[in-house]
Amino acid sequence: MHNYHLDHLQYLETESIHVMREVAAEFERPALLFSGGKDSICLLRLAEKAFRPSDIPMPLLNIDTGHHFPELNGFRNRRAAELGCKLIVRTVESAIANGAAVPAPGEVSRNRLQIPTLLAAIEEFRFDCCIGGARRDEEKARAKERFFSFRDGFGQWDPKNQRPEIWNLFNARLNPGENMRVFPLSNWTEMDVWEYIRKEALEVPGIYFSHARKCVRRQGQWLPVNEVVPPKAGEQVKDLVVRVRTIGDIISTGCIESPARTVEDIIGEIAAARVTERGSRADDKASEAAMEDRKRAGYF
Amino acid sequence: MPVPLHHPVDILRLNTCGSVDDGKSTLIGRLLYDSRSLMEDQIEALERSADLTGGGQIDLSTVTDGLRAEREQGITIDVAYRYFATPRRRFIIADTPGHVQYTRNMVTGASSANLSIVLVDARQGVTEQSRRHTCIASLLRIPHLVIAVNKMDLVDWSEERFIEIRDQFEEFLPRLDVRDVQFIPLSALTGDNVVETSKHTSWYPGPTLLGHLEGVHIGSDWNLNGLRLPIQWVNRPNRPTDPGLHDFRGFSGQVAGGIVRAGQKVMVLPSGLVSTVKQIWTYDGPLEEAFCPQSITLLLEDDIDVSRGDMIIGPDNLPGASTDLHARVCWMHSRPLQRGRKYLLRHTTRSVQAAVADIEDRIDMTTLEPEPDPPELGLNDIGEVRLRTSGPLVFDGYGANRLTGSFILIEPGTNATVGAGMLFPPAEVVKPEYSDFAI
Repeated sequence: MHNYHLDHLQYLETESIHVMREVAAEFERPALLFSGGKDSICLLRLAEKAFRPSDIPMPLLNIDTGHHFPELNGFRNRRAAELGCKLIVRTVESAIANGAAVPAPGEVSRNRLQIPTLLAAIEEFRFDCCIGGARRDEEKARAKERFFSFRDGFGQWDPKNQRPEIWNLFNARLNPGENMRVFPLSNWTEMDVWEYIRKEALEVPGIYFSHARKCVRRQGQWLPVNEVVPPKAGEQVKDLVVRVRTIGDIISTGCIESPARTVEDIIGEIAAARVTERGSRADDKASEAAMEDRKRAGYF
Repeated sequence: MPVPLHHPVDILRLNTCGSVDDGKSTLIGRLLYDSRSLMEDQIEALERSADLTGGGQIDLSTVTDGLRAEREQGITIDVAYRYFATPRRRFIIADTPGHVQYTRNMVTGASSANLSIVLVDARQGVTEQSRRHTCIASLLRIPHLVIAVNKMDLVDWSEERFIEIRDQFEEFLPRLDVRDVQFIPLSALTGDNVVETSKHTSWYPGPTLLGHLEGVHIGSDWNLNGLRLPIQWVNRPNRPTDPGLHDFRGFSGQVAGGIVRAGQKVMVLPSGLVSTVKQIWTYDGPLEEAFCPQSITLLLEDDIDVSRGDMIIGPDNLPGASTDLHARVCWMHSRPLQRGRKYLLRHTTRSVQAAVADIEDRIDMTTLEPEPDPPELGLNDIGEVRLRTSGPLVFDGYGANRLTGSFILIEPGTNATVGAGMLFPPAEVVKPEYSDFAI
């Protein structure tokens, strides 16, 4: 039956399972960052493949900005319950209330404030490792990220002082207060994620598929009409048939006009796409080094 | 709308290396650009930064030079990974930097590669860096090597110059262990022979770079001789009331060599305990057999003691097991490796302590000749080292198996990864005490 050769999805899968089992074996208090987005949905399936028939040996952690798409949180809660996982949610709202996160005057976006909220959650639960769904193909600074990304006592990433990662040997050692972020999907591309969702018949939130939505034109993108930043006078609001390609906050996630109703349609659309996935995220456009600056400060 | 691919595609991992200004980043930019793997917004970002700094011309090298410090210095300082696909293959490129002080990044980027591209500037010919990179690729046993003779446009597409450079390489290649070499004349700047066949090199009958990357045979790059399963995690569901799971005790890991079959005899090392494979458990159902590098969970017939760091092996192609190790080490830290120093050694899923018993030689990167008895190995040095470990390692020679023949050294205290080791074949292999195991 075998030709003893793995195709690309099988190869990526075995690599990711290996990484996840290393986390379970090497860390005392790991957590898995689960947002309900497509990448973390793949992470959960990989966790099932790595650890079943046992329970997934780590809780799920989500930083809720308060600006999430409502559809997403419902999906997140249900999926965690289905898998029998403990779900920990920490909100930017309460981090602001207790002083862990301080918004700048007039700062509306919760993007930056996720960072202190996450770091406070890590401290609260004494997590020594957080598994995240980031991929290297998303963005230029991510392209230099390791599987095991070492963070100092302040949660900072130092791109000039990364541990070399050689063969499949990971150095997971930490001193007290230090922390590791681990990215099992490092080598996956957007296309691989969707092909895996198809292969594994994974459920994804409905907003990835084509739906009718009121959108407002801002910074060259169609953003969903929302209550946080309502349309101003003179802004163009339109009824469109759209989907999201990547999910961030409702105030910064661009919608693309798309008729894609199935995973198959999405795969076809990506194959033909001429804009990268993060091209629809306003938070990265601010400057060319936007992602690098956020990562240095402790972003996922 | 193009039809998505349904036939199986595999993954080729490659790395690029060369001296500063040999044009590595430009070459990768060119591969991505010409294979239509750059997206509109990436091209837009390129054009935006070109307008600011480059006087209007798109600089393909900025596709991979991701970090701000690099853009400021105009050099690549860390390994950057890039992904692209053609209908035949997926590619993972590790763009590894070329300056002397960053050899450790090349080892990082190249360790898991199927193929290395060594770039040479056609005007410069072979430099110490080209020798060093070719030597490292050979030490790392990268199965396929491409010598990309770049900037051919600046030497008028001279066949004579191309042959001259090939001859320079062939002077020292026989001293290295390189199995498959392809020389390709190209220009990353103009794109000739990268994706499109050049009109200027009618004298060159070979493939373009992308043509070669798509066609090179990687089916046999993994070791399929001699079962090795380093135990990563013991899977014990805590469900005393579930009769199906009450006795479940699985040994999870990634097959690091060979093939395992349900019903076969296996031995656990270093304990030497023997059992039979009851089942190869996976989330997708049991398998009849599993092979390197699949991730699986083994159930054994007997209730024997197995834990993380142990190695399950089959009866053929036995490994070595020893506390005395002989390895070639690439040193990656400014604090040198010296005799008597102690490190943590990580090999497969096993961690032990290791003391440096001796440093036998250090490779002179100019001559590629070993110098005996150096006082130490400094940053970027490569040499032969004897280590003594606190517990036995079950290992193979690196040449036979990259996964069970490699280790890293970690400095206690800082926890920095300071060295990468490639083991020589064991002086003797384990001798199974059970005669029925050897059958």
